[in-house]
Amino acid sequence: MFDIERWQEIFETLRKNKLRTFLTGLSVASGIFILVILLGFSKGIQNGVTSQFERDASNLISIWPGVTTKEYKGLNPGRYIQFKNNDFNTISRKYNDEIEHESAFYTIWGGLVNYKNESGSYRIQGVLPGNQFIENADIGQGRFLNYSDVEDAKKVAVIGNRVKKDLFKDEDPINKDISVYGISYKVVGVFFDPGGERDESKVFLPLTSAQRAFNGADEIRNMMFTLKMSDDYNKAALESAAISEAILTDLKQKHIVDPDDTSAIRVNNTMEEAKKIYSLISTISAVFWFVGIGTIIAGVVGVGNIMLIIVKERTKEIGIRKALGAQPMSIVGMILQESVFVTMFSGLFGLILGLGLLEIVGPLIESDFIQYPQVDFNTAITTVFILVFAGALAGFFPAYRAAQIKPIIALRDE
Amino acid sequence: MIEIKDLHKSYHMGSNTLHVLKGINFNVKEGELVSIMGSSGSGKSTLLNILGMLDEADTGDYTLDGFAIKNLNEKIAANYRNKFLGFIFQSFNLINYKSALDNVAMPLYYQGMKRKERVEKAAHYLEKVGLADWSHHLPNEMSGGQKQRVAIARALASEPKVLLADEPTGALDTKTSYEVMDLIQGINEEGKTILIVTHEPDIAQMTKRIVNLKDGLIINDTKVEQVRAISNV
Repeated sequence: MFDIERWQEIFETLRKNKLRTFLTGLSVASGIFILVILLGFSKGIQNGVTSQFERDASNLISIWPGVTTKEYKGLNPGRYIQFKNNDFNTISRKYNDEIEHESAFYTIWGGLVNYKNESGSYRIQGVLPGNQFIENADIGQGRFLNYSDVEDAKKVAVIGNRVKKDLFKDEDPINKDISVYGISYKVVGVFFDPGGERDESKVFLPLTSAQRAFNGADEIRNMMFTLKMSDDYNKAALESAAISEAILTDLKQKHIVDPDDTSAIRVNNTMEEAKKIYSLISTISAVFWFVGIGTIIAGVVGVGNIMLIIVKERTKEIGIRKALGAQPMSIVGMILQESVFVTMFSGLFGLILGLGLLEIVGPLIESDFIQYPQVDFNTAITTVFILVFAGALAGFFPAYRAAQIKPIIALRDE
Repeated sequence: MIEIKDLHKSYHMGSNTLHVLKGINFNVKEGELVSIMGSSGSGKSTLLNILGMLDEADTGDYTLDGFAIKNLNEKIAANYRNKFLGFIFQSFNLINYKSALDNVAMPLYYQGMKRKERVEKAAHYLEKVGLADWSHHLPNEMSGGQKQRVAIARALASEPKVLLADEPTGALDTKTSYEVMDLIQGINEEGKTILIVTHEPDIAQMTKRIVNLKDGLIINDTKVEQVRAISNV
């Protein structure tokens, strides 16, 4: 293998047969290149989709009231269900062990907000401190609402980054007063939301302040809870489903709703959603793998084909070499060494080219659904070796057979 | 140098058996220049292939320079071919992508000679056949006669005991044929044993002994008065 004379002979053969060398190399390099790009973008899509659905906590249970559709215990259908603070507190106490973060909401859609001469219409929500984690909000400046804000019904607000940009431009909003329908609130914080602009066009007030200011009394619009995550994904999904079900049963009983009425109170469990998204991601990944493996197979067949043709073309040369005293195995060895060298070299070349392209183009892609395309280096290098091995195998049998042919027959081959 | 006793060879083609050699007895001493003649199908090429260890006899003995050539595995056969024999073919059988010099150096590569030594020796033999100026040309840049001379240089390079030529002038015109024969006669005069298969009587007349084959048997084996090739050029 490390015989310098042998290598000289091989390099000379490769140099003198440029087209053949080039074509073999091209098929291997392009195969690996395409594979790397495919796997890279599959990973990119995976990253993109994951981050798109990561904007809210993934083990979130949200509960919305609706309208009854069934008669129950003498009550007519078409009745609006209204949640009260009491409903929230009951659930909060009862499932205290399972709940991680919690918030009740009192929402005013499209509330008018002013700061000096600037104004805009945003969603105003009375919330509890736990909402920071429910929304996955990042605090950019200042702080989020805390329990003393809620307890004392302080007139403070946390605004989304969009609101800040609209109303304050470059000004520092902290400790400035904004007015919501004429009532002043002091801005204590600015938040960012991974969900993007829409989720950043909100103003959060303490629940109690909002209820008091906008005639909410003790009414709440909806409530959300996140559950403590268990390590096992399926177990978490089961637990989450069980708790959603239990909460739903409790609330239906309390509000005198037919247990079979599905529209009076709706519980949405994101764990179920998350499960769908994870299965979507694994489907995408499976599709790319399928295409990738298809590419490798095509590459293997291509390399194998080329090797067959090369050996066929060289049958006469093999005969000549044998007549001049070459031993059969030295011929097989030479052909294999040559093919392994070419496939390995061009495979690595394709690999580097593909990785380089991902490295350069990856950060330039401005799509929410493709992020950080990248390839696991081990996977890529493994595929190179698979191709090299396949090429060697595909070359070995015809080379071996050619080397076994009697030189006199090989010499007749025109 | 070569001793052959009762050599038989048949080919099987489907259900037919073709008995090509039917008991050949034949000796060649060192320094001889022998031509083997016969019409096509007489078995002359088969005999040469067996002599060249490119093919194997069914029965009979073949001794080359005291070595019994029998039941050789590929490895030993390759080794013997490299050490004992030099081949000259009708269709030259040069490797197209290698220069004249590299073609001549090939058997030396298989002897395990170092590159520098190989090139030196190959250049020497190219000069001997009068192609020193053509050493870096590819075979397809040369005429038939030149190609055959490269092939002769290649056959000589490994310093074999016997040169085997299968219709060496078959693809050449008369003038070039005689030039090649002149070269072969010169090599023979230096003491090399040479066997030539041919069906051309004028070529055969330029050797020292003619063996006539017909239907797998030697019908005639006579020494002849050698005609100098150079006198006909």
